[in-house]
Amino acid sequence: MNLLTLTIFLPLVGTFALAIVPRENTQAIKFIALATSIITLVSSLLILTKYKFGHAGFQLVASHSWFKVFGVKYAVGIDGLALVLILLTTVLVPIVIVGGWNEAEGGRWSVKTFYMLILILETSLVAVFAATDVFLFYVIFEAMLVPVYFLIGGFGRGDRAAAALKFLLYSLFGGLLMLAAVIGIFIIGVHNGTLSFDVTTLSHMKISHNTQDWLFLGFFIAFAIKAPLFPFHTWLPDAAKSATPGTSILVLGVLDKVGTYGMIRFCLTLFPEATKTFAPYIIVLSVISIIYGAFLAIGQKDLNSLIAFTSISHFGFIVLGIFALTSQGITGATLYMVNHGFSTAALFLVGGWMIQRRKSTQVEDFGGLQRITPVMAWCFFIAGLSALALPGLSSFVSEILVLIGTFTRYPVAAVIGTLGIILAALYVLILVQRSLHGPLKAGNEDTPDLNWREKLAIAPVIAALVFFGFYPKPVIHLINPMTSSVMAQAGITDPTPMAGR
Amino acid sequence: MFTTPTLDYHLLAPILIVLGGALVGVLVEGFVSRAYRARVQFTLALITVAVALGWVISIRTKTSQIAAVDSVSIDGFGLFLQGTILALSFVALLFFAQNDHFAPQASALPGSEEESLAITSGVQMSEIYPLVLFAISGMLLFPVAKDLITLFVGLEVLSIPLYIITGLARRRRLLSQEASLKYFLLGAYSSAFFVFGSAFLYGFSGSLSLAAIGQAAGLSGTNHIFLYIGVIFISVGLLFKVGAAPFHSWTPDVYQGAPTPVTGFMAACTKVAAFGALYRIFIVSFTPIQSEWRPVLTAVAILTMVGGAIAVIAQRDVKRSLAYSSITHAGFLLVGVIAFSGIGLSATVFYLVVYGFATIGAFGVATLVQDSRGEVGDLNRWAGLAKKSPRVATAFTLFLMSFGGIPLTAGFIAKFSIFTAAYNSGDVALVVVGVLSSAIALFFYLRVVLLMFFKEPIDDTVTVAIPSFLVGSGIAICFVITLVLGVYPNLLYNLAQTMVG
Repeated sequence: MNLLTLTIFLPLVGTFALAIVPRENTQAIKFIALATSIITLVSSLLILTKYKFGHAGFQLVASHSWFKVFGVKYAVGIDGLALVLILLTTVLVPIVIVGGWNEAEGGRWSVKTFYMLILILETSLVAVFAATDVFLFYVIFEAMLVPVYFLIGGFGRGDRAAAALKFLLYSLFGGLLMLAAVIGIFIIGVHNGTLSFDVTTLSHMKISHNTQDWLFLGFFIAFAIKAPLFPFHTWLPDAAKSATPGTSILVLGVLDKVGTYGMIRFCLTLFPEATKTFAPYIIVLSVISIIYGAFLAIGQKDLNSLIAFTSISHFGFIVLGIFALTSQGITGATLYMVNHGFSTAALFLVGGWMIQRRKSTQVEDFGGLQRITPVMAWCFFIAGLSALALPGLSSFVSEILVLIGTFTRYPVAAVIGTLGIILAALYVLILVQRSLHGPLKAGNEDTPDLNWREKLAIAPVIAALVFFGFYPKPVIHLINPMTSSVMAQAGITDPTPMAGR
Repeated sequence: MFTTPTLDYHLLAPILIVLGGALVGVLVEGFVSRAYRARVQFTLALITVAVALGWVISIRTKTSQIAAVDSVSIDGFGLFLQGTILALSFVALLFFAQNDHFAPQASALPGSEEESLAITSGVQMSEIYPLVLFAISGMLLFPVAKDLITLFVGLEVLSIPLYIITGLARRRRLLSQEASLKYFLLGAYSSAFFVFGSAFLYGFSGSLSLAAIGQAAGLSGTNHIFLYIGVIFISVGLLFKVGAAPFHSWTPDVYQGAPTPVTGFMAACTKVAAFGALYRIFIVSFTPIQSEWRPVLTAVAILTMVGGAIAVIAQRDVKRSLAYSSITHAGFLLVGVIAFSGIGLSATVFYLVVYGFATIGAFGVATLVQDSRGEVGDLNRWAGLAKKSPRVATAFTLFLMSFGGIPLTAGFIAKFSIFTAAYNSGDVALVVVGVLSSAIALFFYLRVVLLMFFKEPIDDTVTVAIPSFLVGSGIAICFVITLVLGVYPNLLYNLAQTMVG
């Protein structure tokens, strides 16, 4: 069996294994889930041994006929973009399971249901990045909302049912717009004599400018809701407020990347003309996202929504990098997707532990933690620094690449975007000051520090943040061929630096 | 001069078997002792339908235009629909097995002494089974009829038994009888419209044969005014039967009033028969004037989709809401008719199968949610259903998701193929409206899912009955078909395409 297909379906096998374990046996369930996610991680790392670095185009491809009448195939393959995101997924799932070992208890349903949903979500996430058939991508894109809906609604806190519904409605609405566009591009293919949903085949088609605009919007709005870009972001803070930390990590760290992934994979390559038409407007939206998300993050009192708003700001950077349409921009944005995944994971993990200990989500209830729980405080501090893109941590590399890539084409946007970094310093440092420093707040006296399980979960994340901060080359090396191939497909060239200025 | 008609009994056998079964059922009613009657009737009906279904399968490759002189067309399209009707009827009949759905004695006035006497002495209705068989025989004739007289006979044979069995609900009998009367009166009007239209078409073409009308309509230079009037009246009659707006107003009342197993049966099977006839008559007779009727039908489809979707949001009763949802689906099916192409045809018949099984399954679930006074229609009292019976709630969720067209359910494939057909025929506006009304209707479906899974039960008197073996297997069949056709649509779609396309 194809190694990629194996990686996709391993978590699903684990789900079936979980299904036959009695629900009272929670320890066995957790260990089976963890074992499954680790085997999946190993399988995904084995992909690296077969992957030819430096090559553009899809590798490890597999293709089987699925829904013949419409030429739909189960077609998977990976390029650098897909590979880094698949690895991000398979690395984060075991971390989520270890880090949130007890978070499923006290949910509406059994622990068993929680881990089955997590593993189904992992299968969908790997599959959605691996799909090279637009129909297959769409099916998974929509179907994976269902496990997330139940994860938020069944295991979160607060008004979780409403948050889950809001998340699902937003996403499904975007999905339906995309469905119309998917059908549209397929029919254009049929009129050109190709009965196929293959993304490479479709990208070679000539589509009239006007049609491209409409189809582009269908795809883009769906991705912008998922990403989430201003003004489609309002579901995210609610979801983050209500979900468990593990769910939040998978939703903000990985699931939302499907949006930015889709922009590169589909918007840029299928509709190059429309991309150029809409790019300036999207740049404006992403700059608004950066600034608006940062300002709102400063004002948040709830720890989870604060992290959510920082993500909105960061997604603004990612979209800015993509639609600057330069090679540094796209490479930087892709790198940003990975780094933001780790940075968010660190924030939500430590934030989740703090909340669990304090039984409160309000930032003002913490304070002085540095003195009694030094390890936890340091971890949170480093996670915060990665969110403000401190040099030496991985986010810095991607942020600087995005800004350089943007500056050559949209200098004003790059300058305003840079303000986002200053605001980021503000919201992170205020958060750190309020929660970690100052006098010890009443109620925090007996807070225990991180135990060995929590240290085990956070260690690889912080290691990744630091390692890729100093040595981002392996990831960039993976991404670069994809960037140049996307640029070639979209027919864009980098502007000469400072030309005409 | 009178020539003896030639009848190809081999090809007409499915209709004749069902009619024969119905007649035997009448005899059973007279001769079998009361203790066994209901059971014998049920078994007889089930066997009859199964044999007829087997027969249809055995003659599936046959075609004949002269099976019954010149009035019945046995072809792939007709046989596929006959098979669909029989398969749906078989599953729908499984839900009839619980006897407590039907009034003990139809002739007894609601609330009268006679009625309580009938209940206490254990009188059981079983005439319902032959009546259902008569209705099925009419449904089998309806989509294969190729002249207006046969069409009308089919229409009446299927309608009249339905008027009666609508009024047979055991509980809330006044509502049921009111529904029956409404259905009968409006149905009679629509039949009158149909006959009136037939007369105009006869006046226009000098023939009752659909093909001859089509030929006459193709001649230029003739005065088409009678043709147009005929088309309008015939369409009114047929659109009434499929429940399209603005001829839909009977649907909610009748679906709510009828005994729930009957509602499932008629919602699924009537729609298949009526759409079959509608498609045949528009293709055979009205193709030459399609530029005239397509805009009108487009308006009807838009009104039906949007109207049904908006109305469904406001519903509080499960049967009424499923009725409005079925109106929306009639709109989607009309989109397939308007597409007026090979893809449109196979998409429509696929949609009919998918819609039929999900509908029967959903009404089947509705029979299980009960309190001491019978079924619970009020959706608010369904809150927390997942706690009481996770399996039943999961099944209902799957059916709702199929209605909503969420990927990996059959409903998605059906909706996708309908929209693809419409797009292919250039009806982009219909696709957009269809997508938007899907989104509106989804709001309702998701609210019900949220109610069942994420709300605490508010009413302890509501229980989920343990389904009997037959009812359980009925729901299981619908569940499996809805899921399997969503994951692997080839199974049925290829058959639909070869038989219909």
